[in-house]
Amino acid sequence: MKTFRLGGIHPQENKFSAGKKIQIAELPKQVVIPLSHYIGSPSEAVVKKGDLVKVGQLIGKANGFISANVHSSVSGKVNKIDVQLDASGYKRPAVFIDVEGDEWEETIDRSTELKRDCNLTKEEILAKIKDAGIVGLGGATFPAHVKLSPPPGKKADILIINAVECEPYLTCDHQLMLEKGDEILVGITIIMKALGVTKAVIGVENNKKDAVAHLSKLAANYPGVEVQALKVQYPQGGEKQLIDAVIRRQVPSGRIPIEVGAVVQNVATTYAIYEAVQKNKPMVERVMTITGKDAPNPGNYLVRLGIYLSHVVDMAGGVPAGTGKIVGGGPMMGRSLMNLNVPMAKGSSGVLFIKDEESVRKPIQNCIRCAKCVTVCPMGLEPFLLMNQSERNMWPEMETNRTMDCIECGSCSYTCPSNRPLLDYIRYGKSTVGGIIRNRAAK
Amino acid sequence: MDKLIISPAPHIHGGDSVSKNMTGVIIALIPALLAGLYFFGLGALVVTVTAVLACVLFEFLIQKYLLKSESSIMDGSAALTGLLLALNLPSNIPVWMVIAGSLVAIGIGKMSFGGLGNNPFNPALVGRVFMLISFPVEMTTWPRPVPFATTYLDAETAATPLAILKSHSGELPSTMDMFFGNMGGSLGEISAVAILIGLAYLLIRKIITWHIPVSILATVFVFAGILHLANPEAYASPVVHLFTGGLLLGAVFMATDYVTSPMNPRGMLVYGVGIGLITVIIRNFGAYPEGVSFAILIMNGFTPLINTYIKPRRFGEKAK
Repeated sequence: MKTFRLGGIHPQENKFSAGKKIQIAELPKQVVIPLSHYIGSPSEAVVKKGDLVKVGQLIGKANGFISANVHSSVSGKVNKIDVQLDASGYKRPAVFIDVEGDEWEETIDRSTELKRDCNLTKEEILAKIKDAGIVGLGGATFPAHVKLSPPPGKKADILIINAVECEPYLTCDHQLMLEKGDEILVGITIIMKALGVTKAVIGVENNKKDAVAHLSKLAANYPGVEVQALKVQYPQGGEKQLIDAVIRRQVPSGRIPIEVGAVVQNVATTYAIYEAVQKNKPMVERVMTITGKDAPNPGNYLVRLGIYLSHVVDMAGGVPAGTGKIVGGGPMMGRSLMNLNVPMAKGSSGVLFIKDEESVRKPIQNCIRCAKCVTVCPMGLEPFLLMNQSERNMWPEMETNRTMDCIECGSCSYTCPSNRPLLDYIRYGKSTVGGIIRNRAAK
Repeated sequence: MDKLIISPAPHIHGGDSVSKNMTGVIIALIPALLAGLYFFGLGALVVTVTAVLACVLFEFLIQKYLLKSESSIMDGSAALTGLLLALNLPSNIPVWMVIAGSLVAIGIGKMSFGGLGNNPFNPALVGRVFMLISFPVEMTTWPRPVPFATTYLDAETAATPLAILKSHSGELPSTMDMFFGNMGGSLGEISAVAILIGLAYLLIRKIITWHIPVSILATVFVFAGILHLANPEAYASPVVHLFTGGLLLGAVFMATDYVTSPMNPRGMLVYGVGIGLITVIIRNFGAYPEGVSFAILIMNGFTPLINTYIKPRRFGEKAK
């Protein structure tokens, strides 16, 4: 069975919420919709205090190339526009809306009926995706329309759908595939049309055999689309790793997938694109997983943007006793949260409760030079060396040793028998080296 | 809930630890140790126990009284050094020499550089080579293998196959005897089959990768094979070279020492080929009948250079 060819680990999967039906999170009294995502510039508020808004109404306009529209996820009255601490730990601009009823924009088709045919042109599709404010839902939140518009002179020959969900614990993409298989496949045909490609492959890790079977059966009705089961291996959901796993092409250092003729979209993003193009529905909600070893009710929830995570967690039975750390996202790449009073954002894929005893890192010991970090690095780097150089501020050496290639998957820190915080130091070095490179380019 | 821990990702750890790796290697050495105990009996037991206890004790004392640092004897690395040293010694060597070798192994080979992770040379081999140079007679007089022997210092002696080759006198043991270990030699190096069981365990547990042992053994086989084909009278067959002396023990357990070997597969192959070449050169053209220890120590010295100039295969290096 295929997988990527360099490095990788296999942590305990702990997918406790697998197979749990998607439940709809109730509406709270107030939502706080972030105007900004983790990358790109914040969008510009186009509503003001006292305005009445409906579900799906534009409230933040994209501001710059890497930026996306933001829409209201509820109906009600704008209370204020202020800063709000978000899941990434920064205070960012957000629109506070007091919820009144649940009134949707009339243009949005709320029926659950499958709409297969799409007669729009490539440009119309891209415009709809852009207007709907769709960003990559795998976590990076990169605007989808930008990714689907290759730079001039570059042409994609294959679309790869990232349905790997390689993070332990998370199951939201898995459940979405089981419940919205046809919609996802229509979404794929729409993206294929926008890109002008005739071939698409859905990459699914083989710990989701039911999803592989379900999608394979459906895909028979969609020419050019196939499902590829992949050997379970982290970080297969990394874009470069997935391309290597599926079509055996390696994106060169510092380049993007289009260089090897591939475009990758996350499976949940694909579903959002279906809704945007076929149902006129902007990005106002997404599925997330609430889970943990002691979670009272691990499950998958459809949550409107801007709902405080605490509200969803309460619905799922609250924070279990003995929780030492709460992570927004998966255990390998998620961010630990200071509290749950942060709003649901487009990139929120899960809330994970980690038990007290697993929350504290073990004491750091000497590097025993076992080279396990080198063996597991999916980018072929030497994490032990980069950490040493980062500790000593050796920036030019770090650049030579390709620190900018690091995808921050955390396999090195996960593996290290001496509990060395390899990725912490590499990240620190990366940000410094990245700054040096940008300064040099600006000169 | 009111005291949440904040830290960067990843938030889970695989559970591997230094002591798990050290214990793993010790477990992998058990077959070789059992073979030594079977063929050399009491002497093997005395030497092994002495070396392990001495190494652990010296590390403890040095950390407590000289370095005044926290003790690391529980990580198992000192015990492993002791065990490896013992397996590289003749079983009829006096106890005080074993203790002196342990002191050099731990004191000079390891602690003087800052303890585990910082030593450039394999500590057990530093101890062994010190003993080989200081006590040349005792270190090259091996007892004849007698199952469950109860004699220790006054055991009957036997030459090793390599010494027989060097002096061109005496008769080589049969290939079967070499494979199972019924021949003269250091107490842990004689049984090829026991060491290969240990190798399988190390590979299955993913404590080491195949690169170092395979490259060493393949190089020795090919290089010794070429010499043998060129002149079968003067040079022994590659099979004899593989199964005799410290080659297998060295290739599987000494050369693969984490701290002193290169840190990526390509570097490991270069290192392994180097050890193989030097071993065959010393065995066939040098003054000593055996050269694995020296070959490993020499290549240990090259390890930093290998790490600097030979880099792992980068992602996208061979982009289509």
